[in-house]
Amino acid sequence: MSENKLKISSSPHIRSKTTSGNIMLMVVIALLPAAAFGVYNFKLPALIMLISTTVSAVLTEYIYEKLMHKRITIGDFSAAVTGLLLGLNMPPTAPWWMGALGSVFGILIVKQLFGGLGQNIMNPALGARCFLLISFTGQMTTFIYDGVSGPTPLALLKSGKAVDTMDMLIGTVPGVIGETSVIAIIIGAIFLILTGVIDLRIPGTYIVTFVIFIGIFGHVQNPAVGYFDPQYITAHLCGGGLMLGAWFMATDYVTSPITKKGQYVYGALIGILTGLFRLFGGSAEGVSYAIIISNLLVPLIEKVTLPKPFGKGGEK
Amino acid sequence: MSNCTERLYNGIIKENPTFVLMLGMCPTLAVTTSAVNGLGMGLSTTVVLVLSNMLISMLRKIIPDSLRIPAFIVVVASFVTIVQFLLQGFVPSLYASLGLYIPLIVVNCIILGRAESYASKNPVLPSIFDGIGMGLGFTAGLTCIGVVRELIGAGAVFGFQVLPIADISTGQAGYVPVTIFILAPGAFLVLAGLTALQNRFKRSAAKKGKKVPESAGCGEGCASCGNSACSGKVFPTGNEKE
Repeated sequence: MSENKLKISSSPHIRSKTTSGNIMLMVVIALLPAAAFGVYNFKLPALIMLISTTVSAVLTEYIYEKLMHKRITIGDFSAAVTGLLLGLNMPPTAPWWMGALGSVFGILIVKQLFGGLGQNIMNPALGARCFLLISFTGQMTTFIYDGVSGPTPLALLKSGKAVDTMDMLIGTVPGVIGETSVIAIIIGAIFLILTGVIDLRIPGTYIVTFVIFIGIFGHVQNPAVGYFDPQYITAHLCGGGLMLGAWFMATDYVTSPITKKGQYVYGALIGILTGLFRLFGGSAEGVSYAIIISNLLVPLIEKVTLPKPFGKGGEK
Repeated sequence: MSNCTERLYNGIIKENPTFVLMLGMCPTLAVTTSAVNGLGMGLSTTVVLVLSNMLISMLRKIIPDSLRIPAFIVVVASFVTIVQFLLQGFVPSLYASLGLYIPLIVVNCIILGRAESYASKNPVLPSIFDGIGMGLGFTAGLTCIGVVRELIGAGAVFGFQVLPIADISTGQAGYVPVTIFILAPGAFLVLAGLTALQNRFKRSAAKKGKKVPESAGCGEGCASCGNSACSGKVFPTGNEKE
């Protein structure tokens, strides 16, 4: 009887096979090129740091959930992503326990105390990075590359010196483990876009806003730079954590707006804040603080950009 | 006299101003960068609290109800001025590190709160003990926070370097201080951590059958009380949610 084939049920009628675990696994895969290049670039210390942060992040989540008698959620890879991202945000010269401490802070205080995955108010990896940056400013901002302690390209830009954009594109420059190679990050980002994990709205708005801001105000940092100087803008785009932040951290599902309009606002906000911190701030880099501050404003952005139900709010 | 010991217990443990009532958060968060600062701030506040409680309790029948807040402030401010001059004269280093927060004791909500809710309604002796209890509770809270922050943030306790600091330039191994703990965020982290810890102890004590006494001596509308731990359990306000 054909009637029996009719199933009556309430919505949702379309089910997706996508789970948090799938998405997080995709992110881990997408981060691998950057991680691999980081290990190639900075050798053994980078590998130790990445392992230390990832393992301690997963371990912290497991122990906390075990002690609190909660469902163990390390299988969804979200803790692994946090740990890996934090590792990619650490200078290779920092001691391994510093990364482990950051992972514990990020998972325990930023993520679990607020209620676990989906409840955290800011990106755990970035929260941990800022915690370490404030606590151990010296070690977190000392970069040794090829045995020589030198400034990052952004610090060079800040002091008005010339940088080699080709090196920055490939990644053979000092910096934190995962940020140096723009190409490796872009490979991961393309993978994420093709698999539909992220879309262009947030990173696109972020980068465009940032380019406009830097293009207009670039001369503040270096009077020799004109309006929309392509060389200067490229250097800023390839330097520091901008690419890593734009593609992997600003797009974090939990801490970015769910409304489309909100995502544009959020991206633009990070762009302006990054530009502000880089050009007018005390330190050369500002991506992590820009993203964290925007994370905190997300509930507000969502409230303002809530779409109106069809038929509401027309002419009276 | 049992009333007096009850006041002491109430101030130090049951209604600890720092960890239970959550009063006086401004000095709590701002000056507890070291144990000495916390202790100094706590003791200065205790002195002012005891003296102002005593005087306000003495004057409670004279002060007209409509003018009580200005009258309390005048009393408190006089004592704070005395304490400030004493600190400046005898412990100038503490005076310098506490800075603006000494004159701000005038508007410390613990002092005004105790004057308003206890001293202005009760006889002199219990009011003095209420001041001592609350003051010592505040001192204990601030000192605890200060000890933890100083230990983690600088590897020291009361100025003594208990953990040898690592020296990167010479490569000497040792403790690397987590500087964030002596900065503003550390105050919030430590306060939250210690509050959670004491809640846990209270709860496990309650589970074991030791009855944690409910707030007594409030005896009035809960709206003006500010004891968030009580929230109408003792004297139902009638408007609490189901």
